[in-house]
Amino acid sequence: MRYMAMPVDRFYEVLPAEAIITGAESLQVYECDALSAYRNLPLCVVMPETVEQIQAVLRICHAEKIPVVARGAGTGLSGGALPVSDGIVLSLARLDRILEIDPARRLARVQPGVRNLSVSEAAAPHGLFYAPDPSSQIACTIGGNVAENSGGVHCLKYGLTVHNITALKIVTIEGDLLEIGSEALDAPGFDLLALLTGSEGMLAVVVEVTLKLLPKPVHHRIILAAYYSVESAGAGVAAIIASGIIPAGLEMMDNAGIRAVEAYVHAGYPVDAAAILLCEIDGVPEEVEEESRRVERILKNTGATEVRVARNREEGERFWAGRKAAFPAVGRIAADYYCMDGTIPRKHIARVLRGIGALSRQFGLGVVNVFHAGDGNLHPLILYDVSVPGELKKAEEFGGRILELCVEAGGTITGEHGVGVEKINQMCVQFNSEELLQFHAIKHAFDAGGLLNPGKAVPTLKRCAEFGAMHVHAGRLPFPDLERF
Amino acid sequence: MRDAAAGHKPLVLRAGGTKDFYGRVCCGAILDGRHNTGVISYEPTELVITARAGTSLAEIEQTLAGEGQMLAFEPPYFGEAATLGGAVACGLSGPRRPYTGSVRDFILGVKCLTGRGEILTFGGQVMKNVAGYDVARLMTGALGTLGVLLEVSLKVLPRPEFEISLARNTDAATALGDMNAWAGQPLPLSAACYEGGSLRVRLSGKEVAVRAAWERLRMEEDPEGLAVWQRLREHEHDFFRRDGGALWRLSLPSTTPMPALAGDWLVDWGGAQRWLITAEPVEKIRREASACGGHAMLFRGGDRTGDVFHPLSPVLLALHRRLKEAFDPMHVLNIGRMYREF
Repeated sequence: MRYMAMPVDRFYEVLPAEAIITGAESLQVYECDALSAYRNLPLCVVMPETVEQIQAVLRICHAEKIPVVARGAGTGLSGGALPVSDGIVLSLARLDRILEIDPARRLARVQPGVRNLSVSEAAAPHGLFYAPDPSSQIACTIGGNVAENSGGVHCLKYGLTVHNITALKIVTIEGDLLEIGSEALDAPGFDLLALLTGSEGMLAVVVEVTLKLLPKPVHHRIILAAYYSVESAGAGVAAIIASGIIPAGLEMMDNAGIRAVEAYVHAGYPVDAAAILLCEIDGVPEEVEEESRRVERILKNTGATEVRVARNREEGERFWAGRKAAFPAVGRIAADYYCMDGTIPRKHIARVLRGIGALSRQFGLGVVNVFHAGDGNLHPLILYDVSVPGELKKAEEFGGRILELCVEAGGTITGEHGVGVEKINQMCVQFNSEELLQFHAIKHAFDAGGLLNPGKAVPTLKRCAEFGAMHVHAGRLPFPDLERF
Repeated sequence: MRDAAAGHKPLVLRAGGTKDFYGRVCCGAILDGRHNTGVISYEPTELVITARAGTSLAEIEQTLAGEGQMLAFEPPYFGEAATLGGAVACGLSGPRRPYTGSVRDFILGVKCLTGRGEILTFGGQVMKNVAGYDVARLMTGALGTLGVLLEVSLKVLPRPEFEISLARNTDAATALGDMNAWAGQPLPLSAACYEGGSLRVRLSGKEVAVRAAWERLRMEEDPEGLAVWQRLREHEHDFFRRDGGALWRLSLPSTTPMPALAGDWLVDWGGAQRWLITAEPVEKIRREASACGGHAMLFRGGDRTGDVFHPLSPVLLALHRRLKEAFDPMHVLNIGRMYREF
């Protein structure tokens, strides 16, 4: 049988048998991540419990040229943890301990399989929290957060994963254990901490992470505003920023989103509004009160037809509940949905949303827009039905076109979900061949054999050429000067 | 660049020349970046500025100040001619760094010229961007050894409405304890230093919030006012004029007790950055810094042909060399400026 090929047997020399999963039925659990449209079975899954075991596994993979796909909780939305048929899945789920919370230094040292939310829970008794809060934070793990440079709804004020970690322990494909960064604020040499963050498991395997903890803001105010046009909602966002306020969260939702959410959780959203804004102000009480009064004025001045300030924590939570339920709410109105993740300069929001509307009519598929408006990160949810032949393909093509729209507007194809396998073709639109070759050169410096997460994140030029040949956009090929195969 | 690469002729990158003292001595023909100037785009409501690398830092900061915004990492100039590219390439940040972030935290994108003579763009003008490896941040602080910065996009922040500097006399251990304890509380701290028996903090934010915090801290207003932070940022503080040896920068975990090294100390960044003027031997300083979980660099003076930056482990050094090869295969760019090996 394929998965009993000799090289894989060597894992039994370094791991207990129960830490090696084989057999099609057991492997099915690992055949995909949260982007379930892509599925594949690996040769086997290994579940080490120690860093030494990880080093031993990687040494075997290096010697035997076995591809390795690292995996945390498998909540990723871009297929970054999709197995490869001739490789193994290296599950980090058993390295799930918080090693240390240091309240004086405001640091948490954790293993990669620790769930995001559990860090803030462990830090709470010290009045501290870990800021990045991806929507999957109940389940997603810190190792995966580092691999994807995860964000969340509070990025504008508190930053992404890259801003909130200070050290990593990594194991290279050769099995070497390296310490990157430190508990100080910087480290000598190149900023490898930044290079590794968001590198999607292509450069090394993260085996320990030191996270920065921040003092918990003591006071919050949530404000909800309704607008009758997306343009004026966009103007409201710009005016808040221009006034010198950096809200902890600033979210937008279009009419389709409002209706889906209202039908699901009854958050009290105005269902006739073209868009709503949710603005969260946090800090010390004096500051929060003053800023929320200013935000209220700004929202009214930019044409909000209704502005509600949550009177208490419960009401604030109800305002947020609608936004947090957006994805499941959409799940109720459509058989399937496909979540995109482009980022654009905020000033182009109305133009890009109009473009998405036009594409929606062109493809004959509905779309719901939720938007981290503060930092320009757009999450259009494309509605489709996988049981209708051809709809998945249509949804993927629609999604690809949305990402190209984002690039045209001066933005990017992925704000926080990563490229994975999902957006690999659109990388050919965002980067030229020299830039892609530079990425490959970086990869080569870490993993000359190309064993770590092969086929993800950075396309080969050959793939781009094939994609370009199929996909002539606006009369221009993405690589007009490239040889065609 | 292509000529230099073809002929294996090393280039030394330079613009304003205000940071010539920094890093190791390196030789070659000068590639002058002074003429690549100008703000390309600045939209205050997007919180993003993009400028050519040779633009003076002063021009950037004036442009931002006109809209009530700032570079929140307070880059040191070390001279009027300081440029944006130099600030990013050196990766230095001022007193605000522990509370709002360093230069690399605010980098959104770069256009650069590699050692192969290719002009490449990484990152962009948006806050969230995870497409491709983060080359823009990798270039930050790489001292021009990986590429010539041509354009830089940075996130900017609103200037605080109100700021105040507070001071109190105390000993080093108490000062370190207080600075760390306050950093763990929701206070509008924007700088904290200790030198010569004086603990100083700066508070920045809404006036109501700053005044409330001032009451909690029970400290007097600093007679030297806010100007002390500017002098600290630019190394114009009296401390930096002292004799007694080379100027070292120790980057340490913020709670580290004062290391057993003789000399004059100034503690900045709430304990995370320690300046030391000393004649102690290099090896002893390095050993102490490593033992504390940090690193030490010879910031000014001393032997600029030796190990100016903290030595890397052999595996890490090999990785640095391979990355250098990936960007500059002909070994043209600022050879030896960071480490003698590349």
